[in-house]
Amino acid sequence: MKINDVILRTVVKAVVFIILTLGVYLFFAGHHAPGGGFIGGLVLASAIVLLYLAYDIETVHNGMPFDFKKVAAFGVLLATGTAAGSLFFDKPFLTQAYTYVEVPIFGEKGLSTVTLFEAGVALTVVGVVVTIILSISEDE
Amino acid sequence: MAILFLAILFPFICAALVSLLHKRLRRIAHLGWFILPIPLIIFLFLIQYIPQIAEGKTLIHTYKWIPSFHINFTTYLDGLSMIFGLLITGVGSLVILYSIFYLSTKESLHHFYCYLLLFMGAMLGVVFSDNLMVLYTFWELTSVSSFLLIAFWHHRKASRAGAKKAMMITVFGGLSMLAGFLMLYVAADTFSIRGIVATLDIVSQHALFIPALICILLGAFTKSAQFPFHIWLPDAMEAPTPVSAYLHSATMVKAGIYLVARFSPIFGGEAIWFWLVSGIGLITLFWGSFNAVRQIDLKALLAYSTISQLGLIMSLFGLGSVGHYYGYADSTLLYTQASFAALFHLINHSTFKGALFMMVGIVDHEAGTRDIRRLGGLMALMPITFTIAVIGSFSMAGLPPFNGFLSKEMFFAAVLAIRDVEAFSIADIGLLFPMVAWVASIFTFVYSMILISRTFLGRFQPERLDKKPHEAPFGMLISPIILCVLVVGIFLFPNLIGHYLLQPAMASIYPSFPSISELTPHISAWHGFNMELVMTIGVVIIGTVLYKTLKSWQPLYRLFSQRYTFNAYYNQALSFAESGSTKLTNRYMTGNLTHYFIYIYVFFIALIAGYFIWSDAMVLRVTRDAAVESHELILVFVMMFAALWIVFAKGRVTAMLLNGVLGYSIAFFFVIFRAPDLALTQLVVESVTTALFLLCFKYLPDLMPEQKQRKARWSHVTISILVGATVTLVGLAVVHYERFESIATYFNDAYELAGGSNIVNTILGDFRAFDTMLEVVVLLIAGLGVYTLTKLKPRKGEADNEN
Repeated sequence: MKINDVILRTVVKAVVFIILTLGVYLFFAGHHAPGGGFIGGLVLASAIVLLYLAYDIETVHNGMPFDFKKVAAFGVLLATGTAAGSLFFDKPFLTQAYTYVEVPIFGEKGLSTVTLFEAGVALTVVGVVVTIILSISEDE
Repeated sequence: MAILFLAILFPFICAALVSLLHKRLRRIAHLGWFILPIPLIIFLFLIQYIPQIAEGKTLIHTYKWIPSFHINFTTYLDGLSMIFGLLITGVGSLVILYSIFYLSTKESLHHFYCYLLLFMGAMLGVVFSDNLMVLYTFWELTSVSSFLLIAFWHHRKASRAGAKKAMMITVFGGLSMLAGFLMLYVAADTFSIRGIVATLDIVSQHALFIPALICILLGAFTKSAQFPFHIWLPDAMEAPTPVSAYLHSATMVKAGIYLVARFSPIFGGEAIWFWLVSGIGLITLFWGSFNAVRQIDLKALLAYSTISQLGLIMSLFGLGSVGHYYGYADSTLLYTQASFAALFHLINHSTFKGALFMMVGIVDHEAGTRDIRRLGGLMALMPITFTIAVIGSFSMAGLPPFNGFLSKEMFFAAVLAIRDVEAFSIADIGLLFPMVAWVASIFTFVYSMILISRTFLGRFQPERLDKKPHEAPFGMLISPIILCVLVVGIFLFPNLIGHYLLQPAMASIYPSFPSISELTPHISAWHGFNMELVMTIGVVIIGTVLYKTLKSWQPLYRLFSQRYTFNAYYNQALSFAESGSTKLTNRYMTGNLTHYFIYIYVFFIALIAGYFIWSDAMVLRVTRDAAVESHELILVFVMMFAALWIVFAKGRVTAMLLNGVLGYSIAFFFVIFRAPDLALTQLVVESVTTALFLLCFKYLPDLMPEQKQRKARWSHVTISILVGATVTLVGLAVVHYERFESIATYFNDAYELAGGSNIVNTILGDFRAFDTMLEVVVLLIAGLGVYTLTKLKPRKGEADNEN
């Protein structure tokens, strides 16, 4: 039986962008408002999972030709790398630094190495969730 | 000196680069040419510090790593670590040069050099670290890289077996060493070796001092292949010859000796240290040389010879520890010379054994075999290789004019001197020391002669060789020739080394002695016609006689039954452990998920509820509870309804949807209690898991009503109710639990402490960032686990391709 999923696909096309935007927003909002690397990564992953549900694996892979195992590995490298990075500045492991800079138009903004750490977390979450779901769904 | 830190890091960075760039580099030239400069640079860098070190200076630098646990990355360069640093990088350069000609470009060279660089970095880390935890980390890393290098030709079964054995034994020792380090930490409250030496008076009174000593010695003995842990070294000879020359003769097996030397200021005065180090060392010296004679494989012969020589160095450090017992005095100098001889022989052994291993590699490479029954008469065909073999073997046998003679004489002097020590009740069996040493030296002489004559002298048997042997290419000969030049050069100018390398190293072994220059004897080749020389002459005469009559007494070895060797014991212990643990595991791992849940829940109830009841923390008071609103009550009823329905649900999809209802309701609770982060996470996690469940259910059969006995059913009901009750009661009780200090201050000041006003995120990214980091790693491992389990399993009917 061929499933008619025109409605799902149409909705997904629009919704995925909203979810992705939300994911990115949550990721950056993390420092002062609800959000952060873990939840941001989960939202991004759920958007990708939604794409896989609506379309087939081939189509999605053409659009996003990433090996998600590598994405996860890169995330872990980034997280542990920023953690170890503080050693090079003669600071204990995992010390995070932050500063405030004046950006034109946007005004004063915070810059922090936590963002890099959180990016590592987010990438790992995206990579692992998609890897698990893909490997289970592909297993015939 | 921060740059020492970089010297440790440099090989690691290069190892990463090699794995990334090897495809591009390989097209230009043999990969080894790009690796060769790395140890050379570090070697030259170290050399420029020799004058400073010789003046008695030490270089130290501390990076704060995890200061809250006293773990700092302290690099420390003194005389002892200088010797090892030079050996690691110097022999490393020569071995890499040699490997360029030994390994063909068809091998997976990037793996080889990547592992080799990992090893080099780890080894430098071991000798330059002052912090015990950092030292331990690098120590285990050398075991791992050695494992990878032994199993380099992993398609061979023997390689894998040898690698596994080496790993099992050295890691076992490493773990016991870790325990020893932790005991020392408890006793001294510092992980710094120098710190422990400084507070030695207090530390040595601690009850854990002797257990720490034994545990640390176990680590040193396993790594340095001391009796009875020596069995891994002959099997490790399955590695490519450059690896054997580097790891299993010059550097890694000396890590244990380094440890003993490093810790002798701490443990040196103890009788048990003296007896264990010198006793085990002497037994190893004898057992190794005795067994080397019966070997028919050239590399196995060299392996046993290495074991025996390591025992020699080890026993010398044991004898030298008497100096710590007596403290600084004129008479002590007699005993400290043993340590001096140990350091000297350490260098000499690396030179001649490195040359010999490379020589065997050349023979193997050009003649196609290492079996001495098939070799012979190669002298005319390979004259340069023969010369290398003669220089190396004569030095090993302790003959002049080679450096082995000097250190062997000093060794005899040390064992002769120990007869007169009155401490540790040595006097009773003092005569045993020189006797064992002498007998072992005779066997050393015999196997050195076997090594030369069976390979190069005698009748040439071309019909038994697969290849037509010829002299090796010049590039392969460079490294052993350099080592042979050193063998002779050190004999001619021993005091150069004595002054610049050995004297500062003596200062590291005897830090409490005020004047170190007196500790350095003047090494001379001719020191009169004394007892040592007589012993050497005796070794040569009896050794020659034994060698000539080898055929008549070699059957003696058959008296040792194969069933009672240490290898047999090791295999028995291993198979016993395997079958025993399989039996034990099969008893509770039934494959039934219900059973696993029962284990988990029963353990949970016993631990959590048990603890709360035992500690009287199960206090239920309603005074602090907030009022329950009506919409909360509605949510609770929805959840109760869904939870009960799950139990009676007929289909899997129904059960999963009901489970979703529970999850989303919890998210609602988070919203009501103003925890938006948690609510968001819960919602997304719930959605993703629902998708996962849907995917998995595709493969499962329909839900069947379970056929269970009444008794089992009631026990399940009881466990479920108990779990629910535990969670509920503990949830209510923790409100009144006030035995820990409140951590609320962290969260109130989150903005000042971590620069973020979202508390949840400051916990994740700053206060508990270590947890987050490790969780991320665990997540990756879990993901890869799912991937490999589902993707890489052998297809049906496909053979298990492990072999």
